[in-house]
Amino acid sequence: MADTQNEDRRRFLDAVLTFGFVSTAVAVVYPVARYLVPPASEEPATASAVAGKSTAIAVNSGVVFKFGTKPGIVVRDPRGELHAFSAVCPHLGCTVQYRPDTSDIWCACHNAVFDVEGAIVAGPPPRPLERLTVNVRGGDVVVSRG
Amino acid sequence: MASHDRPGQPAGGGSGGLYGWLDERLGLSAILAFASEKRVPVHRREFWYALGGLTLFLFAVQIATGILLILYYRPSGAEAYESVQFIVTQVEFGWLIRNIHGWSANLLVAAAFAHMFSVWLLKAYRQPRELTWVSGAILLLLMLAFGFSGYLLPWNELALFATKVGTGIVGAVPFVGPFAMRVLRGGDDVTGATLSRFYGFHVAVLPAVTTLLVMFHVLLVQRQGMSVPLDVERRQASGEPARSRPFFPDFLLRDAVLWYVAIGVVAALSAFLPWELGKKADPFAAVPPGIRPEWYFVAMFHTLKLIPGHVAGIEGERIGIFGFGLAAVLLIAVPFLDRRASRGERSPVFSLMAWAAIVYGVVFTIVGYLAK
Repeated sequence: MADTQNEDRRRFLDAVLTFGFVSTAVAVVYPVARYLVPPASEEPATASAVAGKSTAIAVNSGVVFKFGTKPGIVVRDPRGELHAFSAVCPHLGCTVQYRPDTSDIWCACHNAVFDVEGAIVAGPPPRPLERLTVNVRGGDVVVSRG
Repeated sequence: MASHDRPGQPAGGGSGGLYGWLDERLGLSAILAFASEKRVPVHRREFWYALGGLTLFLFAVQIATGILLILYYRPSGAEAYESVQFIVTQVEFGWLIRNIHGWSANLLVAAAFAHMFSVWLLKAYRQPRELTWVSGAILLLLMLAFGFSGYLLPWNELALFATKVGTGIVGAVPFVGPFAMRVLRGGDDVTGATLSRFYGFHVAVLPAVTTLLVMFHVLLVQRQGMSVPLDVERRQASGEPARSRPFFPDFLLRDAVLWYVAIGVVAALSAFLPWELGKKADPFAAVPPGIRPEWYFVAMFHTLKLIPGHVAGIEGERIGIFGFGLAAVLLIAVPFLDRRASRGERSPVFSLMAWAAIVYGVVFTIVGYLAK
């Protein structure tokens, strides 16, 4: 009789201890897990940005600029027309550049080539460059999304 | 307990399966057998022997929270303050992690001091445990260095000036002082270069040295077993049976109770008395009134204030620094000086010295806080 009582006590204490340790573990792991996730970026998704002076972008050249938290690229093609894209290569996220000698947009990471309209010419990207809207306002090249 | 348990073999253990595979390669059974047979002495004053475990536990808390803080902290004059601000305002539970690090650091220093004085008064350093004391005393100094270097990292006004004063004291040491001060500061003044340096000390140099020394310290405790008070030792020598309890789980669970209390206190302090970030450090601003170092330096800070400018033609500050240096050396040498304790005799003079040190520390800290 006393033995069963002792065993009951032991089982009860084991359960209490286990509950205590598990609660402690949860109370430690939960805040740490939340802490490890970085807070959402402060900067809201940028709607528009100035890429530079229109006169500063020569024919058959391109300029990489800061579009929110990501790079964008403005290209003036050999005919003098402006185009803007996200400069993030859709393959693995490298930043693309304009090549005046071949008049195309090139990603140095995996040799992807896009034409001045952003369409894929060669290489591994799964889709064309994201096109941005470009306007010239008071001499500034203003690039906006959508 | 399951019926197949044998001593030295954990529940669910066996020769096969994952445990068996690991056991064959790591010798787990031997370690577990050792752990299950390890016993620690039981006596009236055993509470004081839990303070070492508490100090070690708080040190582990510091490592864990320190690693978490590194993930967001940026050690530069331009970004340090802002990154701490970011941690406490933007990162989820960032305020909790930073405050636990700050409060646990203070409790750690307090626990280390309490551990040292209890070991001193119980004469646990007596032969053959002199090296345990020496490594412990150096560890205490390392804890103070951790506190001093960590205090600067938020790069706020108080930290900047406390560091100016603290490193300035080093500069007053004869001969090597000016050189040591330049090395500490990474230049002639406390600047962003000092911050980079202190960050390096705080997260790399000091942890590396401390970890090695803690391993040595704990290894010695393990090798020699826990000391028992002199009177208990004498009674055991005259035939009284030595009482003991298993290390695992009995002793560990009793220690864990104290750790739970400590983490509860740290969490409560963090929630109700969070550390202020203050104003960003500006090297060209005037020193704000009421500048004071952390509490564990206040007694020293106040002592230096009280020493006259010149004593017998020697700069007062140099005398103070010499005194503290001598005190540190004497502290490390206590077990070699206390020959009576090593012979198993009472040594009231050394007890008196410990009490004098405690009274000096407490009184000068209080007076230092009350002084304008």
